[in-house]
Amino acid sequence: MRSELWKDNLRDYGLLMSLLLIVCFFYYLTLDADGGALLRPVNITNIIAQNSYVIIMALGMLLVIVGGNIDLSVGSIVGFVGAVAGSLMVYAKWPYPIVMVLSLAIGAGIGAIQGLLVAYGRIPSFIVTLGGMLIFRGLTGNLLLGQFVGPFARGFQDIASGFVFPSFSVQIGPIPYLLDEASPVNVIALGLGVIGALAMFVLSLRGWARARAGNMESEPLPLLLFKNLVFAAIILFITWKLSRYKGLPVVLLIMAVLTLFYAFATTRTVIGRRIYALGGNRLAAQLSGVKTERLIFLTFANMGFLAGLAGLVVAARLNSSTPSAGNSYELDVIAACFIGGVSASGGVGKVLNVVIGALFMGVMNNGMSLIGLGIFWQQVVKGLVLLAAVGVDVYQKRKG
Amino acid sequence: MAAILEMRGITKTFPGVTALKDVNLVVEEGEIHAICGENGAGKSTLMKVLSGVHPFGTYSGDIVYKGEVRRFASIGESEHLGLVIIHQELALAPQLSIAENIFLGNETAANGVIDWSECFRRTRELMGKVGLRESPTTLITNIGIGKQQLVEIAKALAKDVKLLILDEPTASLNEADSTALLDLLLGFKQQGMTAILISHKLNEIARVADKITIIRDGSTVETLDCHKEPISEGRIIKGMVGREMTDRYPPRQSSVGEELFRIEDWWVEHPLHSGREVIKGVSLHVRRGEVVGIAGLMGAGRTELAMSIFGRAYGRNIRGTATLEGRKLDLSTIEKAIGQGLAYVTEDRKMLGLVLTEEVRTNITLANLGGVSERGVIDNAKEVAVATRYRQALRIRTPSIYQRAINLSGGNQQKVVLSKWLFTEPKVLIMDEPTRGIDVGAKYEIYGIINELAGQGKGVIVISSEMPELLGTCDRIYVMNEGRFVDEMPAKEASQEKIMASIMRQYGAKS
Repeated sequence: MRSELWKDNLRDYGLLMSLLLIVCFFYYLTLDADGGALLRPVNITNIIAQNSYVIIMALGMLLVIVGGNIDLSVGSIVGFVGAVAGSLMVYAKWPYPIVMVLSLAIGAGIGAIQGLLVAYGRIPSFIVTLGGMLIFRGLTGNLLLGQFVGPFARGFQDIASGFVFPSFSVQIGPIPYLLDEASPVNVIALGLGVIGALAMFVLSLRGWARARAGNMESEPLPLLLFKNLVFAAIILFITWKLSRYKGLPVVLLIMAVLTLFYAFATTRTVIGRRIYALGGNRLAAQLSGVKTERLIFLTFANMGFLAGLAGLVVAARLNSSTPSAGNSYELDVIAACFIGGVSASGGVGKVLNVVIGALFMGVMNNGMSLIGLGIFWQQVVKGLVLLAAVGVDVYQKRKG
Repeated sequence: MAAILEMRGITKTFPGVTALKDVNLVVEEGEIHAICGENGAGKSTLMKVLSGVHPFGTYSGDIVYKGEVRRFASIGESEHLGLVIIHQELALAPQLSIAENIFLGNETAANGVIDWSECFRRTRELMGKVGLRESPTTLITNIGIGKQQLVEIAKALAKDVKLLILDEPTASLNEADSTALLDLLLGFKQQGMTAILISHKLNEIARVADKITIIRDGSTVETLDCHKEPISEGRIIKGMVGREMTDRYPPRQSSVGEELFRIEDWWVEHPLHSGREVIKGVSLHVRRGEVVGIAGLMGAGRTELAMSIFGRAYGRNIRGTATLEGRKLDLSTIEKAIGQGLAYVTEDRKMLGLVLTEEVRTNITLANLGGVSERGVIDNAKEVAVATRYRQALRIRTPSIYQRAINLSGGNQQKVVLSKWLFTEPKVLIMDEPTRGIDVGAKYEIYGIINELAGQGKGVIVISSEMPELLGTCDRIYVMNEGRFVDEMPAKEASQEKIMASIMRQYGAKS
């Protein structure tokens, strides 16, 4: 029992360790030329902004793949929703809050239609969403007619490039080793980081103690503490860096909230449990009274909603709607899921690992750009990494 | 006549079970040799040993074929020597043509390039031999099951077969197709081919067999020579079922109460072929504390009946009424069936019963997540308590409730499935082959659980192909055949001979 638990956990930590390793690797590579460009506050903010859409959509894709399906249309939905939102704001002069709500509804609606076809129409999801991918890419082009539509109101741009209370800065320093000279530090970002790290510690220790008391299986304490320490260090490090730039990006807050929400939904709710059962053995789930069609439908509607959100983020970040927005994003999202250990045959996958998988891809993209690797070589490397990650997973499973 | 095949002292064990125990079989050249036995007696295992599906080294004993001891490492080796087996489930590729199927794996090719004119020429020749009038390019999916069976035989002939083994060849055929197939077999015999025929249909065996070997519980009981003396069906049945039953079933005190559950005039159509009735006007009832068995051969429609009752999980155009405690039930979905107190413990636990990638804990609560959650959020502590309780109550042997179901033994997996259904707190449990593929000790425990459930006043319906199991656990037994209940008897008055006779009577009446 213990050994099994260690093994499961070690696989998770392996992923986290590979992320840290690749961060160190690129930090080292950028050290000579730029003095560690990878971990500069502005670059960390960049990595977050650049990868926010992947993480947001990977949360939905996880559920789709765990349920035994795939969604290839998300990149096109990103483009289409962005185009609709941009056109409404720029040409029709609609206020952006209304446009945002409408955009999310459009995303969810597209997902719902595809979900209907997959769940009740029994058309394979690969085909339905391949169709969706072509249709919405085409509609995006028709809507924009090759034009960039923009710029947008400041409030709309803030979804992707805004910060939480950016003016709440205090002059701090100098502090030995941390700050050479007195400089402005955003206390909101730093404070939220400290609170977040503490909350994580308290919650996980309380959960552990409760499990102990209730005679439930619990992680070995050293492992738990170690994991918490690593995560706390990461949170504090990142928020410290961010607080020295402009503070906490709004999009990071959105991602964090969504990640927590989906982590809870997948592990603690009835609906989450049923999605895993559906993906693990559809017939057994059906015979246990699970309404499998409705669940599949929901995973797609949810995916569409998140793709709509990602579409808004992408448009806000570029400050314009472009015909090529979201091109091939579906591949990044699916790759993030598989690097994060989601089983291609359904039923297996964890939210946190998928987020780490997405960050892994993001850091790689960013790092390779920083060291000036050509865009085509970047693709080759990403492909190899995907194969290696899944290969290791399959190998471990067969051995284990 | 010389023996073409002699199997001497064949013993084959699987982890936990001895499937074959010192089996001896002698088949003379040019005869049709029938093998009879109950489901699970070891007939198919014996044929798998013979054909190399279970390769040399995984069994003990000798296979002497055409005068030499053979050590088949694969099915390819046995086929190479003209020993061809046709399995119960047809192994044809539905989207390929007749010609392609006949030469699948045995293509008329030179250097990997198929010679189609040669292929079609030989296909026509073989189709002529089995009396199949179709175009060689017709797809398998477009011809009926009877013709598909003929394609299988043509495929065997293409391999230059000397000893043809047919496993339940007529199980899914209608009367006319069966007769044609058996005539074909007799024709081949005239031409000197040897055949081994496994069948449940004793009237067919009586018609074509020269010798009959009876297998029971993995051992050969006897070999009857049909030419020396006329063999009656009763004689065969006696050999098949005559076994001692001592202490294989826990003692039970049955206390049967008032009527609990009733199905009236239940009709079900095949899910794909509309108009083909699979269940034909079945009525049954279960009383409180009663264990009711449904006996029958494979394909009798027992699983189809159970699944059609359980929220229409099988079939279409389902007609009939179901009542529980006098109230009419709405069984339109599985969720409703569970909600109203029905549970169906599936036959195939790996395919239908368990989510193998999930833990024991999550498997147990899957059918009643409402029982461990509040407003859609699962209470971990409650779930662990439930899983722990069933683990103890049913003595599930697992290192922990967090163990994945795939790592458990068959008997313990079955207990997890049972736990899942017990946690839904059903009033009526339908158990489909509850002890298939699990060892004797675990079987005994499952029987104990059945007794306990009946003792709590639940109604239990047990579907089983093992007749002793029904006799040992039930109060009353329905006999099912070809979608109908053909007989009903109190278990006290029932015997395996009587059940078999009820089934066979129907076959007898038809032919």
